[in-house]
Amino acid sequence: MEISLTLLALALIAISGVPGLAAHPRAAWGQTTATMLTLFGSVLGLIAGFMTLVTGHVSMAWLPGIWPGLPLQFRMDALSAFFTVLIFLMAGAGSVYGQGYWRQSEHPTTGRKLRFLYGLLVASMVLVTLAHDALSFLLAWEIMALTSFVLIATEDHKPECQQAAWVYFVATHIGTLALFAMFALLHDASGTFLLVPVPPTTALSLETAIFLLALFGFGLKAGIMPLHFWLPGAHANAPSHISALLSGVLLKVGIYGLLRILTLLPDPPAGWGVLILILGTISAVLGVLFAIGQHDIKRLLAYHSIENIGIILMGLGVAMIGISIHRPVWVVLGIAGCLLHVWNHGLFKSLLFFSAGSVVHAGGTRDIDSLGGLAQRMPWSAGLFMIGAIAICGLPPLNGFISELLVYLGLLRSAATATAGGWAAVALGAVALAVVGALAVACFVKVFGAVFLGLGRTPAAAGTHESPVAMTAPMVVLAAMCATIGIVPLLVIVPLGHAAAAWAGNGAVAAGVAGALPWGMLTMISAGFAVALVILGIALRIAKRDATATTIPTWACGYNSPSSRMQYTAASFAQLLVGLSRWVLRPVTHGKQPQQLFAETVQRNTHVPDFVTDRAGFKAWNQFKQWLMPARRVQQGSVQQYLLYMLLALFLLLASLIPVQAILTHVMGR
Amino acid sequence: MLHHVINILIHLALLLAMPPLLPGVINKTKAFFAGRKGPPLLQPYFDIFKLLRKGMVISSTTTWIFQAAPVVTLAATLLAGLLIPFGPFAAPIHFTGDLILFVYLFGLGRFFTTSAALDTGSSFEGMGAAREVTFACLSEAAVLLGLLVLVRLSGSFSLTPMLLAPLAHRPEAPVLLAAAGLFIVLLAENSRIPVDDPNTHLELTMIHEVMVLDNSGPLLGLIHYGAAMKLFVLSDLVLHLLVPFHIGVPAADWVLFIAEMLAMAGVIGVVESFMARLQLRHVPTLLAAASLLCGFGFVLMVR
Repeated sequence: MEISLTLLALALIAISGVPGLAAHPRAAWGQTTATMLTLFGSVLGLIAGFMTLVTGHVSMAWLPGIWPGLPLQFRMDALSAFFTVLIFLMAGAGSVYGQGYWRQSEHPTTGRKLRFLYGLLVASMVLVTLAHDALSFLLAWEIMALTSFVLIATEDHKPECQQAAWVYFVATHIGTLALFAMFALLHDASGTFLLVPVPPTTALSLETAIFLLALFGFGLKAGIMPLHFWLPGAHANAPSHISALLSGVLLKVGIYGLLRILTLLPDPPAGWGVLILILGTISAVLGVLFAIGQHDIKRLLAYHSIENIGIILMGLGVAMIGISIHRPVWVVLGIAGCLLHVWNHGLFKSLLFFSAGSVVHAGGTRDIDSLGGLAQRMPWSAGLFMIGAIAICGLPPLNGFISELLVYLGLLRSAATATAGGWAAVALGAVALAVVGALAVACFVKVFGAVFLGLGRTPAAAGTHESPVAMTAPMVVLAAMCATIGIVPLLVIVPLGHAAAAWAGNGAVAAGVAGALPWGMLTMISAGFAVALVILGIALRIAKRDATATTIPTWACGYNSPSSRMQYTAASFAQLLVGLSRWVLRPVTHGKQPQQLFAETVQRNTHVPDFVTDRAGFKAWNQFKQWLMPARRVQQGSVQQYLLYMLLALFLLLASLIPVQAILTHVMGR
Repeated sequence: MLHHVINILIHLALLLAMPPLLPGVINKTKAFFAGRKGPPLLQPYFDIFKLLRKGMVISSTTTWIFQAAPVVTLAATLLAGLLIPFGPFAAPIHFTGDLILFVYLFGLGRFFTTSAALDTGSSFEGMGAAREVTFACLSEAAVLLGLLVLVRLSGSFSLTPMLLAPLAHRPEAPVLLAAAGLFIVLLAENSRIPVDDPNTHLELTMIHEVMVLDNSGPLLGLIHYGAAMKLFVLSDLVLHLLVPFHIGVPAADWVLFIAEMLAMAGVIGVVESFMARLQLRHVPTLLAAASLLCGFGFVLMVR
């Protein structure tokens, strides 16, 4: 029942862009139709998803496949539903946002293509989470990879956009290759292509090989450091509502894949959990450090996705160690933190990409230091960005705090003697998480301050305007959800419990989630905080009532007309931290320092290149191309040659029909 | 039951009323060592009341964030003050995981204070904000490592049992190491010497004072009050590690707590009198030392 509704929903979304293909390039009805269909599909999908999450019910379905006798099998449990809910929600929000951000009349050449692929991408992501056999999984996975590739390349007249898309294309296919190998090994172990747990007799070496291949393949998609190299470029160069979908949702499909494969491998050795915990910690710390060094608002947000994937993996690592060393509480806290952070990151990262999109839409640039003072003219976008920023920093009382609290508690468990044994080192993850939190505050104060506060740094920034309702409305919805999960976390207990139990294959986990946090207490504390805010606000108001408030320009040591050039820039704001972490960021500076008094005008800029793509990636890629040069001889691009290949292939196929063996025995026998 | 309510009321009263006394004591101590008479002990109270009655000058560059920040920061500090036990008495609010809320409430305050600083568009305030967020990254590590020692000691994840745990044990090396580390954090987070000098405004070395340069009137009053409360709350954190004693009679214990608190302010005053402010580039080293102290304490615990 639930799965049929989900399949119907995804079919609606998959075809949402099709009617518009027939529309005139400047006609608006194609876009409206697509948005309506997507919204309708999203609502259906959300209903089906929440039905599954509330009941924990498992439903199955199959579709006739491309190969007779090999149907595509689908299965929807609470774990799948936990992800489909996120996908459907973001699909609807992004589609409405696109209505204002990527208006057909403004983008006559790309709009129709974009919406067609958008529908397909959403549908394929849902299919991945439902797939119950290797074939349908890989099929959906590949549609997802190709559609997202074309979507990243939407503005393919820009060279950087082209480059980002190609890097993504190569990366995603390397990952798919690993998944092919993984599914082959999985078939070896379980004897079927269905995604069912391997028998307990499976050799540990085989299981470890499957695990490592899954970690590599899904890790590439999720953007685990150092497999993140495709991510910053791709997320920065796609249109903002696509970036939101890629960052908020697509990365999570990688996490889903990893979670799903882990359910097939019971009894993991502790080393797997430790590996995931270490990778998560590295991703979290390096992700946020690299984010601080960025000047491009969307690139910065992309690095923050790596950080949050790291936090998600830290939760998963704790849960897996918990399974290995039989600590049920660690499993509950770890997986609950991991899953809830999947939702939360989807919510606030999409919110942030949407508001960054508003900034790009209004200011025409992604360069943080060319903006400034937007809060004066774009109060909604500014306020909504701030909510997203507070949430992503994990600060109370928003949703990021709840999931990080779960991960923290999971990590801290290991520090308490009574429950831990010799695992106290895991608690150092909590220290790393605290540093990550403080760095995230630094980074988001930098962006928020430089973009929205102070004075506009360029005429473009000074002439911005608020975004249309189509863009602000989805942001308001997402911000409200961030606040709701943060203030009334009680609401997520049931869905989270069922999803966590589906992952752990253990019904007791759902009860554990209900007792993992003082859920009701957190609401009371938020309420108390709100009361304190109101009282203090009123007190301030009363104090101000008699007082005269004079408005004058900012004090600048007696200088009376401070200009935007006297402001602290985002680059200077980050300089201390970039300097402290130059051992890993290795910032590059161009231009020279002004030398003597009354120095001539000099230009100087600093940027932090990615350590994989910019430092090693392209070098390695060119080397690889050199090695493959000989293979180019067969690929000359002339039609005659290809006809020859076809002919040869045909001959070979026909030759295979010749009963060689029969002839040989005949000849020999004679 | 009744004595619980009374203890909570005393907790609340002390949290609200006592903080401005600490900077008063610090200044008196500093004046004593400098051979001056110094401002009256209650001068911080007079200052705050005066500021609350005065008019405001607001920069035309700012938005609502500038005015909201002092309110949010004060509310967050107040809430943090309710999560931490005073003396041997349990905190009014305690639950599993409140230590993280405690740490993150200061993060929330920092987010708003530094955002408000950038809201003015002044390079001084931007500079102060940049330093504040940078040093916070380093002190956050020290705080968590210090709290890990207490988690290990108490086997609990709530501040009340964690901070009352040293009462049951003799003051051991790990606890003292963590206390030393957290004392450095206390000085850094409250912008005291040797990290920052609360007496000067315009030196380019300033951190906290320079961030609030454009605030005046009631807003500045709230900021001073909030800063004093933060000093009070973090001093209390260190006190639990440094002097884990109690008498057993509630009234006497409250008196002891107040005396300890004033002594703590005196100690901070002594530190400020005998030390010069560090060069800014050496501050990260000092904070790293704080992390090492706390981390070493944790290593001793798990060895």
